[in-house]
Order: sequence, then structure tokens, then C-alpha cells
Amino acid sequence: MALLELRESGLYCAAGDFYLDPWAPVERAIVSHAHSAHAGCGRYLTARGGGALVAALAGPEAAIEGIGYSEPVTMGGVRVSLHPAGHMLGSAQVRLEQGGEVWVFSGDYQLAADPTCAPFAPVRCHTFVTEATFGLPVFRWPALGETMAEVHAWWRANREAGKASLLFVHPLGLAQRVLAALDPAAGPIRAHETVARFNRLYREQGVALPPAEEAPGGRDALVAAPPSCHGTPWEKQFGSASTAFVSGWMRIRGTRRRRSLDRGFVLSGHADWPALLGAIEATGAETVWVTHGYRAPLVRWLEEHGRRALAIDARFEEADW
Amino acid sequence: MRAFAQLYAALDETTKTNEKVAALTRYLSAAPAADAAWAMHFLIGRRPKRLLESRKLAQWAWEEAGVPEWLFAECGNAVGDFAETIALLLPPAALSTSLPLHYWIEERLLPLAAAGDETRRGWLVEAWREMDQGQRFAWNKLITGEFRVGVSQSLVVRALAAVSGVAAEIVAHRLMGQWQPTPEFWERLLAPAAGGAAPEDALGRPYPFCLAFPVEGKVEDLGGAGEFQIEWKWDGIRAQLIRRQGRTFLWSRGEELMTDRFPELAALGALLPEGTTIDGEVLPWKDGAPLPFAQMQRRIGRKTLGSRILAEVPVALMAFDLLEHGGADLRQQPLEWRRAQLEALAPPSSALVLSPVVAESSWENLRHLRQESRARKVEGFMLKRRGSPYRVGRRRGDWWKWKIEPYSVDAVLIYAQAGSGRRASLFTDYTFGIWDQGKLTPFAKAYSGLSDEEIREVDAFVRRNTVEQFGPVHAVRPELVFELAFEGIQRSPRHRSGIAVRFPRMARWRRDKKPEDADTIETVRALVG
Repeated sequence: MALLELRESGLYCAAGDFYLDPWAPVERAIVSHAHSAHAGCGRYLTARGGGALVAALAGPEAAIEGIGYSEPVTMGGVRVSLHPAGHMLGSAQVRLEQGGEVWVFSGDYQLAADPTCAPFAPVRCHTFVTEATFGLPVFRWPALGETMAEVHAWWRANREAGKASLLFVHPLGLAQRVLAALDPAAGPIRAHETVARFNRLYREQGVALPPAEEAPGGRDALVAAPPSCHGTPWEKQFGSASTAFVSGWMRIRGTRRRRSLDRGFVLSGHADWPALLGAIEATGAETVWVTHGYRAPLVRWLEEHGRRALAIDARFEEADW
Repeated sequence: MRAFAQLYAALDETTKTNEKVAALTRYLSAAPAADAAWAMHFLIGRRPKRLLESRKLAQWAWEEAGVPEWLFAECGNAVGDFAETIALLLPPAALSTSLPLHYWIEERLLPLAAAGDETRRGWLVEAWREMDQGQRFAWNKLITGEFRVGVSQSLVVRALAAVSGVAAEIVAHRLMGQWQPTPEFWERLLAPAAGGAAPEDALGRPYPFCLAFPVEGKVEDLGGAGEFQIEWKWDGIRAQLIRRQGRTFLWSRGEELMTDRFPELAALGALLPEGTTIDGEVLPWKDGAPLPFAQMQRRIGRKTLGSRILAEVPVALMAFDLLEHGGADLRQQPLEWRRAQLEALAPPSSALVLSPVVAESSWENLRHLRQESRARKVEGFMLKRRGSPYRVGRRRGDWWKWKIEPYSVDAVLIYAQAGSGRRASLFTDYTFGIWDQGKLTPFAKAYSGLSDEEIREVDAFVRRNTVEQFGPVHAVRPELVFELAFEGIQRSPRHRSGIAVRFPRMARWRRDKKPEDADTIETVRALVG
């Protein structure tokens, strides 16, 4: 029995009358994490830690209910619970159960340890709805320590050359993960106002982040800023700075070169290929629905390895990280 | 291999030319001669003849990576670079080779061409297993021959000059023509300017071409018309014809040896005195006048030239400069002196045509005469400063090209999109880029100007060379250069390049130009006036 179906506004659960991460405003939405694409809905259900973040993007009038991880609620005839997805603070997989049938909607997820949020928790299910932003085997992430060693080496070289280090990174989630992994003794850390705003929300939830002031800072500073700042007048205040981008896309040389960046560092809030396969395996699901990104290759791979798999449409694509 | 892979990564990591030159200089000064010679060889774009079929390389790579063929192909589409796809798919590297670059090239890469498949496969897999991620990528690039890293020959020359203390012009000249990247060649390349007899690699070696700058403002700003020797700007293939030790060499500007393709000019070479180098333009030429350049294109692509095409599209060398006479380098001699020598040695009634000097001494009259350019099948005037030497490369000041309207810019095809209606499912809508700080910036879109046959050719190119897709828009490998013509130009904050043009169209496919020969934002901005 299908607990979810694809409708005009997104994935819909008829038995519980709610949508999961809808791409158009709907009356009742469960959102896996704070994402501007889900704005404008009547009522939201989300994980407690992420409520403030969802509010920051959905607006002050939004009716947001936060529940703890693994605390089930009943909506219609459906038992709903949220489970950590490891994507960012308060990100959740959504578990749906009705009449012994269990579906899990992954939302965005990744499996590596991250001090700024709860780690991904595998949940057994019959049908698993997974993202596939990086659903190709060329996407294989180095360990966090390896990437951060490269970031620190780049920062050090820039300091020696008298250049500021502009680090472009998705301002919500990945920015905090990077900031938490920076060595505050290495030099002054600065944050663009958008990043700083989310930093405050993280700190209010008790996540420890190094001090990262909004002030521009000197030429020895590392500045975390949203990718949209790259190539804008905002950059000019730093003079001849070195620029870098943190994203899973940086695994591919062409995507870095196209952006006219000096460096690309590979780190992502999304699962790489081995993690996607590992997560799917851990659910024990017989059927896998694949949404976002490289859906077709992942579907074909799963089918060739004995699972039922199906690509489902998504009307928005994840931000570029 | 370790230092070389690091150099490759360093070049890839910066867009700033000074940093690239610094990285090259660091590597080339520290590397042993045998490694430096090979690195330089590849960096200036030379490569060995085909080593093996890429299909086989792909198969051994996907087998080693443990992915099926279809998934390898999907990855290739996403990555847009064959060598990189393989490097990303191979199992995580466990080792890093400390063997030198020349070992890998001489013992493993060059012998691939003659080895059997089992041996080839064994060598490649062994190499991958012994190399780290960065080494694998550089190695794959060497094998596939797609070795571009945003380094132009002139940057390598700058680094070589810095390493050796030899003037860049001399280094550039020593790099022309045919040579083998041996330690001995490396020593000769870097030898002090005065020292050394002419080594064997100098036999067919052309001189670096002197290139003209476009006249960007008012022509009057260059000085009086009388300060210049004025010639028509011919529309052909720039070339040097060399006669040395009883042999003839015809080189294109892209340093392609074209002697076999133009038997008329090979025959002309035999009429020239020993130790001669003539600079000129190869033109399709019949009955004392040029044929349309399109006629030349009928000849260029052919492997064998039958008597029919030779009769229909004969060529001539429109000679305009003499660089070497009696074995002596004339380039420092004044223009008029070189011209007089050229006139004196020109064999009568041959395939050599002397580029006529236009005897007009006022800009006003010249401007008037320039209106006849199209009727004369020329592109305008060349203005060459009297008394000037023959310089290396494109230098502002002595040689100017004063082209006719419309405006024209050489740009590189960077995006393509399928057309509609009659052109549905054919890639016919193109976006062209020009150079801006070492990057190609979108400059203009053009949809017209190509023949149906050329469209089919470009379409096939787009399908084979799509690097990335943004919906219907295909980003392609920047390889094809087109001359865009347009009627008006103005600044525009709405365009990425900061410039908007009116009625852009493709005037011509510049098969003779490389992407790095395309125009820069500076030259285009100067057109705004």
C-alpha cells in the first residue's frame, strides 16, 4: 500500500493529509529541514532543533510545530516520527507507519560525523525515499579532516601572501559545519551577515561555534560568506583576496573553474555515492524512490542490484552545495 | 611525477598569469633536465601521436574501478573530462610514485603505442595503482593528450626566460619547429644567447610570427600616414616559407608543417636561394586575383590533392616580408631594407606574388580607398611602421591591422543550444566567449552565417564535446573559433562582458585559429571608442 503519492505540490500522504517538503504552498507540511523552497505553507511540522531555522526562512507568521527525534505523533491514521538525517541542525528523516507498512522519507542527508547536528540514524522500512544529489560514483568525499587540512593550508598561504581568504559556503548548515571545524588559533574568523545570522540561531540551540564576527577583518582573516556574494561588489572591500568554494560539486574540476574560483574544497551536506548505497542498504527497503539530482543512474544501479527502484520528479533542485 | 603533478595542480588552481609563471619557473628550475624537457613539451601543447584507442583506455579504467560501462559513460557526461573521470572513479589511491616524470613518459607512456593490449593494460593498471589522485589525473591527461591547463605558450616562454636568463624572443624562436624533448635539447634551449652553433633542430625552424594589433581608435592617432608602409590585408593562411640545405618547409602560424598540402609552394621553395625565409599569406589565387576563402577550405581538409582541385583552387604565397637571407637573420633590419631584398629575390612568374605597397600618403585618401576592400577581396589595410624591425608576437606600435567595417571579433564557441523549426534538434544557437583575465566570458550570441554543412559539423562537435548541460544549453569544450561580425557596439551593464553588440553573426569559422588566438575583453572594449 502506497503511503505517499506524487501530486502537483509535491509528495503527499493521503492517509494523513499532509505533504512532505512541498514545492508549492500547502495547508499542512512536514519539512525535513529549513529550506526556502518550502515557504508559504499553513502549518509546519519539523524537528524541534530546526524549528527556529525553519521560522527564519518561512517568516514570522508561519505556524511551526517542533517535535523531538523519535517522538511519534499521529496524523490521521498515520504514525509519524522524525529521525536525524545528519544534513544540518534539526534535519530529519520522516518515518510514516500505517497498518504495519513503513515508509521513510530521507530528506537531505549525509553520514559523516558532524559536531553541529545529530548523526544520521538508519531506520528500517519497506520503502525508502532517498535523495540522489550526488548519485554518481565520481562523487566520493574525502574525510572532513583531509578537507579541513587543505582549507587551513590555503588560509595559511593567503595570510603569508597578505591576502584575505574568502570562503564561499552555503550559509545554513554547511557554513556552521565548516566553522566548527576551523582552528580559531589559526587566525581571525569572520562571517558575512547572512552566515552570522544563522550562527546566532545555532548558538541559541547550544551548538558551539568559534567566534566569527561580522566585521570585515584584516588581510589575515578567513571570511565565510554565501556563494551568492561571489563576483559582487561586496568582495571588493577585501582587495585582492583568494576565493574558494566549499561544496560537493568541487569534486569536479570543471564546476570550480566555471566559477572563476581559486580553490574548491570538497565537503557536502549530502551523501556521496558510497554513503547513498550504504544508507539504502541499512534501511532494508525493498523499494526505493529516488528524488533530486542524479536519479536515473542510481535507479538503474539499484535495479541491477536486486531492488525495486523508481525515479520521482522534483520541481526544485537543491541549492548548489 | 610528484613535482609534476603538483605543478599541474598549481596551474589549475590559479587564474592569475603571474602565479602561473611563478609555478612554472619554480618547477622548471628545480626539475632534472630530462623531466623539465618533457614537462615543457606537453605544456606548450605538443603531444605524442596517438598512443592507444580511448575506448580501450576507458574499458580498462571501468574494469579497474568496478563500475559498469553505462555508469562510466554517465560519469563522463557529468565530469566532462575523460582523464578526470577515470581519476575520480579509480579506487582510492594507496600509494604515491616517486619515480620521475621522464621514467613514466619514456618507459610507460611512449611504448604504449607499439605494445600489445595485455601489456598496455598491465602498464596502465600498474601506473594507476602506484599513483596518488593528483598523479593519476596528470598521467591520464598525458595519455589522452588533452593536456590544456590554461597555460599559453607565451607563459611557458616567460618562465623559460626567467629560468635561463635568455631573452624571451630567443627562447620563443628556439621552441619553433621540430625538436625532441631531450636533456640535450633542454640544455640548448637554455644556453646563453651568444653560445652554441646552430643545432640540428634549427634546420626547419620558423621564426616567431610578428602579429599586428588592430587599430582601435582613430587611425590618425598612430601618426602620419607617411610613417607607414601600407599594404592590403589579405585573407588567407599566414605562413613562413623556408628554404634551407636544399629542403623546403612551409609553416602555419599554428606551427603546423603544411608543405605537403601546398605542392605549388613546395615547388616555389625550390626556386629560392639557400637560406631564405619568407613571411606571407597563402591565398587561393587565380588569374591575378584571390578566390573566396571558402574555396581554400575545400582544399584544406583533403588528404590527397587531385589535379582537379589543384587546377580549380591554385594557391600563391602573397609575400610581404623577408626574415632570412643567405642564412642570415634579417629581423633586426629595417622594414624597407627587408622589403628591397624580398623584391630582389622574388622568382619571376612563380607562385610568389609580392604584396603590393599602397602608394597613398594621406589617411583621408586611404580611408577612401579602404572602401574598396570588399571589392578587392581584402580585409582592409596593414600598416607597418617604416624602419621597424620584425618583432616577436603581438606588440603594439609597429604593425597595425586597419580592418574594414563591420566590427569583427574572433570569439570561442562556449555554449550551444538546439534551434527550432527547421533547425530543431540541431545545435544552431551559439554563445561565444572572449578572454577576460584568462577566462572565456560570454560575449555574444549568434545564430546565422554558417552554411548548412558547417552547421552539421558544429552540431557533431557539440554532441561530442558537451562538458555540461544546463537544461537545453550545452556547455562545450572551448575549441572552435569564429569570427563574429556586428554592426554596433556599446557598453551594457546587463551583459556579463559589459558589452552589447548589434546584429552579431558568424562571419567565418576560423579553423586556422586556436582558442587562445581569440580576442580579449580589452580589445573589444577598445572598439566601443
